[in-house]
Amino acid sequence: MTDCILETRGLTKHYGGVHALTEANFTLGRGEHVAIMGDNGAGKSTFVRQITGVEMPTRGQIVFDGVARTFTSPIEAREAGIETVFQTLALADDLDVPANLFLGREKIRFNLGPFSILDKKAMREATLAALQKTGVKIPHLMNTIRNMSGGQRQCVAIARTAAFKSKLVIMDEPTAALGVQETAQVENIIRTLKEAGEPLILVSHNMRQVFDLADRIVVFRRGRIVANLRKEDTDSQDVVAHITGAKTGSEFEGAA
Amino acid sequence: MANATHGVGGLSYDPKKRARAPELNVLAALILIILAFEALGRLFIGDSFLFNTRDNVDTLFNEQRLQIIILQVAIVGIIALGVTQVIISGGIDLSSGSIVGLTAMVTMSFAQVAMVNGNPNPKAIFGPEWMDLPVIVPVVVGLSCGLAAGLINGLLIAYTRIPPFIATLGMMVAARGAAKWWSKGNPISFPTENYAAIGKGMMPVVIFVCLAVLFHLIMTQTKYGRHCYAIGSNEAAARMSGINVTGHKVLVYTIAGALAALAAIVLSSKNLTAQAGMGVMYELDAIAMAVIGGVSLQGGRGSIIGTCLGALIFGVIISGFTFLKLDAYYQEMVKGVIIVGAVVLDQWRQNKRGRG
Repeated sequence: MTDCILETRGLTKHYGGVHALTEANFTLGRGEHVAIMGDNGAGKSTFVRQITGVEMPTRGQIVFDGVARTFTSPIEAREAGIETVFQTLALADDLDVPANLFLGREKIRFNLGPFSILDKKAMREATLAALQKTGVKIPHLMNTIRNMSGGQRQCVAIARTAAFKSKLVIMDEPTAALGVQETAQVENIIRTLKEAGEPLILVSHNMRQVFDLADRIVVFRRGRIVANLRKEDTDSQDVVAHITGAKTGSEFEGAA
Repeated sequence: MANATHGVGGLSYDPKKRARAPELNVLAALILIILAFEALGRLFIGDSFLFNTRDNVDTLFNEQRLQIIILQVAIVGIIALGVTQVIISGGIDLSSGSIVGLTAMVTMSFAQVAMVNGNPNPKAIFGPEWMDLPVIVPVVVGLSCGLAAGLINGLLIAYTRIPPFIATLGMMVAARGAAKWWSKGNPISFPTENYAAIGKGMMPVVIFVCLAVLFHLIMTQTKYGRHCYAIGSNEAAARMSGINVTGHKVLVYTIAGALAALAAIVLSSKNLTAQAGMGVMYELDAIAMAVIGGVSLQGGRGSIIGTCLGALIFGVIISGFTFLKLDAYYQEMVKGVIIVGAVVLDQWRQNKRGRG
């Protein structure tokens, strides 16, 4: 057992001639919440896509839970224990909450191959447990996603990560499209994850949110990691300076 | 189950605001249409649509008419069950009518008797060694024929990623051609007694009801049904969630093909003959039944119960027009209006709910 849940060594991604991500060395401790910041096109999303198996890195290594891994699909990453809340949420609008939580990994009462009988009761109960665990508020379980607000949808997508034994949760701008109250609700969920000791990578543009929720801030600029700041040792002006390129972390000199 | 008045996490929640099941709207429409025919009948031709008005039989309802209504939609209804699961999973199947034609021809060729009234079968397709076969042979051959056509549809759609509309349109034309080629355009007749028993009397209705129950259970209680709704409502999300979308699509169209073949077996058995022109326009009637029953052409929404109600509406309208002694031309025109109207209504309902 290492004290790192995730480590990337020299992670690099080129799209043709575009160097979207260069030599990213990143570590995440167990139970740690790390925020990833950076301007648009700085490589944040590219980085997330490499570690969640959506894309395959050009070079470099991903060590997850002490084992070097190559994820060829998001499903593989999920099976390894990386649960991701994508910006698109990946919910089926016409299905209700339990159906969405267990999409693609339904609980089965009786195995008949593709015609296996669903165990709806067990899924409903597990859904309630997951919603309780995350403190998510949803008017009614049997409502379809179509009838829900943006915040409620986001909560369902987040609760999905909590319904399974995940080792790492990644959220890509979870509050970008939400109102004030809905943002607060999502932030509360993130706090409960912290109390439960679940590690989290949070991609966000919201400075206040990052300082509220994260232990550490990693800044990306032009495809490189340019700063790795403990929350106690920095302030928002300092982070902005790193994002815009006015400053570069001492250990990353010459990187950008 | 969550408390009925309080939502999950303590949010207050008004159960009355929950959307009404769309099937209830379809049922209301069915009842309204029946009442309309009843009223029109009493007004214009002085007869009851629904109730028995003859003195010599003491039944409350006009059972003969009700039987005809169900019987005439049962066979297309079988196809509509398959079409329903195709549309729910976000596709469309235009080939079912032609698959009926082809399957009827092939099946009937294996169901013929050797001797008709002491003479050799005048419509014989194969030699005498291929006649008087046990009934299982034509049934298995017919089902395989529909399965194969559906499988080709499914493979084309899932692997080449061409739109289902185009793939099944190709199959629609090709299968009709194959049906004509099979016997060089000649009808095939004189099936064995056992084969004729499949579609005798009310048997088509019995088969339709059994299949409807089976597919209702499949769509509501199994992983397969759940994945149909998931793929139809957000294919990208389904893929991201680890659902085997490609394999599922192949299965969906194969099952639709098999159901079209079953309809062909029942139809040819009922008519005691098969012709290459059998099942023309059935694909559109089946799609219409599903759409009238609340199955959304955008995928993700609808149910087998809805389609069954849609089929009944269809049957009631056809026999209602006959009852009112209106020409068949009007039937087709009104059918067209109803199909478009059902889709407009569905969209209007969705918009209203989106705003509320």
